[in-house]
Amino acid sequence: MGKLFAVLVIVIALVSVSFFVRHTWWMPTDISTTGAAIDHQLDETMIETGLLFLAGQLVLGLFVWQASNKNPARKIKIFPGGSKPVVIAAIFVVGIEILALTFIGSKAWAAVNIAPAAADSLHIDVQAEQFAFYFRYAGPDGQFGGLHPDKIDDGNGNYFGLDPANDVAARDDVVVGSLVVPVNHPILLTLHSKDVGHSFYVPVLRIQQDFVPGLEIPVHFTATQTGKFEIVCTQLCGLGHYNMKAYLQVMSEPDYEQWLKSQEGQ
Amino acid sequence: MHDTSAAHAAHQHAAPTSFIRKHIFSLDHKVIGKQYYGLALLAVFIGMALSWLMRIHLGWPAWPIPLLDKLSAVGAPQGVMTPEYYLSLMTMHGTIMVFFVLTNAPFAAFGNYFLPIQIGAEDMAFPRFNMMSFWVTFTAFLVMMAAFFVSDGPPISGWTAYAPLSAVGGDAGPGLALGQTLWAISIAIFCIASLLGALNFIATTLDLRTKGMSLARMPASSWAWFVTAVISLLAFAVLLPACILLILDRVAGTSFFIPAGLILSDKLQPHSGGSVLLWQHLFWFFGHPEVYIAILPSIGIVCHILPVFARKPLLGLRAAVGCMIATGFLSYMVWGHHMFVSGMSPFSANLFSVPTLIITIPMTILTLLLIGSVYGAKMRFTAASLFCLGFISVFISGGISGFFLAQPSIDIYLHATYFVVAHFHFVMAVASLFGVFAGTYFWFPKMFGRMMNETLGKLHFWLTFIGVYCIFMPMHYLGLAGNVRRYSAFVDDYLIPLIPVHKFITIAALLTGAAQFIFLFNLIWSRFKGPIASENPWEATSLEWSTTSPPPFDNFGGRHIVVYNGPNEYGVENNGTDFVMQVSPEKISAS
Repeated sequence: MGKLFAVLVIVIALVSVSFFVRHTWWMPTDISTTGAAIDHQLDETMIETGLLFLAGQLVLGLFVWQASNKNPARKIKIFPGGSKPVVIAAIFVVGIEILALTFIGSKAWAAVNIAPAAADSLHIDVQAEQFAFYFRYAGPDGQFGGLHPDKIDDGNGNYFGLDPANDVAARDDVVVGSLVVPVNHPILLTLHSKDVGHSFYVPVLRIQQDFVPGLEIPVHFTATQTGKFEIVCTQLCGLGHYNMKAYLQVMSEPDYEQWLKSQEGQ
Repeated sequence: MHDTSAAHAAHQHAAPTSFIRKHIFSLDHKVIGKQYYGLALLAVFIGMALSWLMRIHLGWPAWPIPLLDKLSAVGAPQGVMTPEYYLSLMTMHGTIMVFFVLTNAPFAAFGNYFLPIQIGAEDMAFPRFNMMSFWVTFTAFLVMMAAFFVSDGPPISGWTAYAPLSAVGGDAGPGLALGQTLWAISIAIFCIASLLGALNFIATTLDLRTKGMSLARMPASSWAWFVTAVISLLAFAVLLPACILLILDRVAGTSFFIPAGLILSDKLQPHSGGSVLLWQHLFWFFGHPEVYIAILPSIGIVCHILPVFARKPLLGLRAAVGCMIATGFLSYMVWGHHMFVSGMSPFSANLFSVPTLIITIPMTILTLLLIGSVYGAKMRFTAASLFCLGFISVFISGGISGFFLAQPSIDIYLHATYFVVAHFHFVMAVASLFGVFAGTYFWFPKMFGRMMNETLGKLHFWLTFIGVYCIFMPMHYLGLAGNVRRYSAFVDDYLIPLIPVHKFITIAALLTGAAQFIFLFNLIWSRFKGPIASENPWEATSLEWSTTSPPPFDNFGGRHIVVYNGPNEYGVENNGTDFVMQVSPEKISAS
C-alpha cells in the first residue's frame, strides 16, 4: 500500500514536471520591450519552485516507501536533529529565495507599472464597455475631445460621448474597434470604463490591467514585431464576457501612417 | 488551566428527551457538529454537480445536458446552457464551496464536535449561541438556494461579487437583479453565524480546558480550530459590513461602490461618489484570511491524525502551532496580492508581495514537519492515513504555485488565468477536503460508534488522488498558455487549440466526482451496518479516545477528566503498547 503510494506520487511528480520542461503548453512569444524581464522572472521561479516541488514529492515518496517496511523488529526513527534543522533550513532557503525573487522581480514590475511612459509616446484612449473595446486616436490636431457620458450613443457610433458640435478638438478624433499601433514606437494607453469592471489582457505583450469605473489608468508598452494579436477581457463583466475581445495590429511605421490617414478621411 | 468546578457546573445542562431538542434544535455540540457536517455534505454534492455541468459545457458546449432544461428552461433551453447560466453555476459553485463546505466542514463541523471533547469540556462555552450559529448558517444556505429559483436567474458575478457589476442591479444584465441581492443577504447572514461560532470557539478554548490541559498539551487540531476562530472573528467582521453596504447600494440607492457617470443598458446610473476598489479591499481583507480559515483546520487535522498512524510523534508540534499562528497573523497583511492588476497604486505591490512570500516560510515549515514525521515511521496504511499523505502531496503542489502568483511581475501575465484556478483549488479546496476526508475516516467511529469500510475508503482515496491531479495539474498548463478563467466558451483564436485539454479535464472531473459516491455510500452504509467501534480503535492518545464511541451527552459520563500528558506520545514503551493516553497518569519512559 505504502509502496504503491510512493510510486504513484513520484510518477505524478515526474509526469507533471515533464510537461513544464517540454513547454508543451506555454506562453506565446513575447513581442514587447518589457516582457523579456517578466519571462525571465517566470523562468527563474519555474526552475526554483520546480526543484522544490520535485524534491518535496520525491522525498515524501521515499519516506513513505521506507515507512511501509513491515519488519516487526524495526524501531521508529526520529528525524535527525528534530524539528530545529527543518525550521532553520526552511527559513534560510525560502527566505533567500524570497529576497532574490523580490529584488529581481521588482525591476520587471517597475518597468511595466512604475516607470513613466516615454515622452514621445503615441497616446491612445481606450474605453471598455459590455462587451467591446473602443480605441480613440487624437487625429491631426493632436488633441482629444472632451468626454460627456450623457452623449454616449452606441447606436450612432458615439461610444466615447464626444460632442463634435461644440468641441473643436473632438471633431477629428478617430474611433475604431481595433488597436492599431506602429512597431517599435512607445504607446501610452489610458483605460476607462463606461459601465462595469473589465480588463485589458494581451498575452503577447505580457500586459494585463483592469479597467476600473471611476478611474483612468495609464498603460504603456512598445511592440517589437508586426502582426495581428488578440486582446481579451479578463475581468468578469457579464454574460458576454467570454466574447469580449479586440485585435491588436502592429504595423510598420509607413503602414500605420497610411492606415491612420485612411481613418481620418472617414 | 481552568478547572473550577463552578465553571463546569455553569455549563452543565440535562440531556434532552424530546426528539426536537435532541436532534433538531439541540444544544449539544456533538449534534450541532453533525448538523454542520450534514449541511456541508449536502452543499458539497450540490457544488460538485454544478462543477460537472460547467465542465461538460466547457468540453462540449453544444451538447444538450439531459434534464438541465427542467432545472432552468430559461438558463438552458433544450439542455444547452446560456453564457449567463454558465456564470450563474460558476458563481454558485464558488460560493457554496467556499462558504458552506470549506468553512463549514473542517472548522464548524469537526471543530464543534471535537474541540470540547479534546480539551475535556462538557460542551461549548455558549451552547445556545452554538445552536443559533448552525441555524443561522442553515438560513443563509436556504437564502442562497432560493437564488436558483428567482425569475431573473441566479447571480453571475462570481463568488467575489466585484462591484459595480454586483452593485448596480438588473441594468448590468441577467442574473444581477434579485438573485444577486439574495446572494449578498445570504453571505451577510452567514457572517453573523460565523462570528457567533468564532466567539464560541475562542471562549471554549480559553475557558473550558480541563485540569492539566495546558495550551501546550492541546492537540494540533484544537490549536488549528482556535487559531481559525480568531481569524474568522476578524475576517467576517469585515465582510459583514461590506455585504450590508452592497445590499444598501442595491436596494437603498446608496453609492458606496458605484462611481458617477456609469451607463448601463443605455441609462446613466443615478449614483455618484462611490469607489469600486473599496469593495475589492474590503472583500479581500476578508477573502485572503478566508483561505486560511479553509485550510488551517485541515492542516491541524492532518497534524493530529498523521502521528496516530505513523506511530511516532509529530515532528515539532510546537513549531507547527507557531507556524499556524504566524500564518494567521500574516494573513491580514496580504490581501492586496489579489489586486496587483486592479489599478491600485503600483507602489503598493511590493508591500503586499513580500508578506505573501513570507507566508510561504511557515507553510514550508509545516509541510517539512509533516514529511519529517513520516521519516522512520511504522506506517499503518488506512483510508485516514492515506488521505493525510495525499494531503501533503497536494498541499505541496498547491502551495508551490503561490510563489508565482505572489510576485506582481508574474501575476501580470497569470492573473485571472486557469493557473490561478489550479492554485486555489489545489491549496484551498483539494487540500482542505483531503483533511476533511482524513478526519471523516478517522473520527467516524467516534461520532457514530461504527467503523467505516476500509476497502471502500482506500478505493475512494486512490481514485480521488489520481483524479484531482488529472483535473487540476493541466490547469497550470492552460494558465501558462494564457487561458482566461470565467469564460463560458473559448472562442478566441489562441484558446481554441486548448479545448482538447479542457475535454481531458472534464472527463477526469466526471470520473473523480463519481468516485465521491463511493464515499457517500460508505458513510451511509457504515452508519447503519458498519462493525461496532471500540472506545479507541486507532490507539490514539487524545481525549476523544478516552470516552465511549459515541460519547455520552456530557462527553465523559460525569467523570472529571485530568490530563497528564501531551497529545504527541507515540512510539514510547508503555506496558506493551507504543503510546500513552493524555489521561494516563503513568510516567513516560523513552523507548
